[in-house]
Amino acid sequence: MWFEQVLFFIAGIGALAGALGVVLLRNPFYSVLSLVTHLLALALLFLLLNAEFIAAAQVVVYAGAVMVLYIFVVAYVGGSDEPMRPEGGVVNAFGPVFAAAIGIELSIAFIASGLDALDSRGPDVGAGFGSPEAIGQLLLTRFLIPFEAASYLLLVAAVGAVVLARRRRGLEEVGAPPGPREESIPTDLEVRVQ
Amino acid sequence: MNVVWFLVLSAFIFVIGASGVLTRRNPLVVLLCLELMLNAGNLALVAFARMHGSQAGQVFALIVMVIAACEVVIGLGIIVAMYRNRLPIDVDEMSELRG
Repeated sequence: MWFEQVLFFIAGIGALAGALGVVLLRNPFYSVLSLVTHLLALALLFLLLNAEFIAAAQVVVYAGAVMVLYIFVVAYVGGSDEPMRPEGGVVNAFGPVFAAAIGIELSIAFIASGLDALDSRGPDVGAGFGSPEAIGQLLLTRFLIPFEAASYLLLVAAVGAVVLARRRRGLEEVGAPPGPREESIPTDLEVRVQ
Repeated sequence: MNVVWFLVLSAFIFVIGASGVLTRRNPLVVLLCLELMLNAGNLALVAFARMHGSQAGQVFALIVMVIAACEVVIGLGIIVAMYRNRLPIDVDEMSELRG
């Protein structure tokens, strides 16, 4: 059992350090890299909890695909160091206090809940627990409706992202002669910002 | 390892994410901190699934991953649109929902 505990503490420290790095580092690019570390450590924790498929999905989907999207956007927008909030702001002082209050409350809820099962490792499960076969069977039988709803949600999100990120007047420009139309006349919004 | 260890770790990660959402100004980093909070929820779901010996919690964790992916796609789309319109990339400055 000592091997499991050593692995838990290594992964837990990695996850906590990654999370702290996301919040504390000033450059958004380093924050994204720190989140990748956090996600990999979390996948190790999922493996310790017999969730093989979730761990694999975490590494492939999260640490692979989603983080690549983040890095593209950080490179596009420009990962500049953000300025600190002005001194004496209400949010700046109140935020950490509020977060600490949530933390104390959650810890009290876990430790003082009195659930005996929290202090156990859970029942012994077979080798197939959390395998892709078992999860897939659940998704297509018992959780079919949430599965379909999630697929529609993904479709809506993909269409929404295309609509949000396309160029202004993008659809009307099809067939128009190419020219410097983008910079020709600033819209009233741009005038107001300048 | 007992399940309570995983739950306490997930509470810590959630708190770190919440403090990041409250204190950071760059919307990209706010989205990253939201990811932290969702992942903390995922860890708690998988830990409870292990405690009950049932795989339903793992299916919930998968659905949470789908929700997180949707949120990231829409959030990054909004940030790219802000950048195209030359708006400041700062959550404090963004107070109007006009395109």
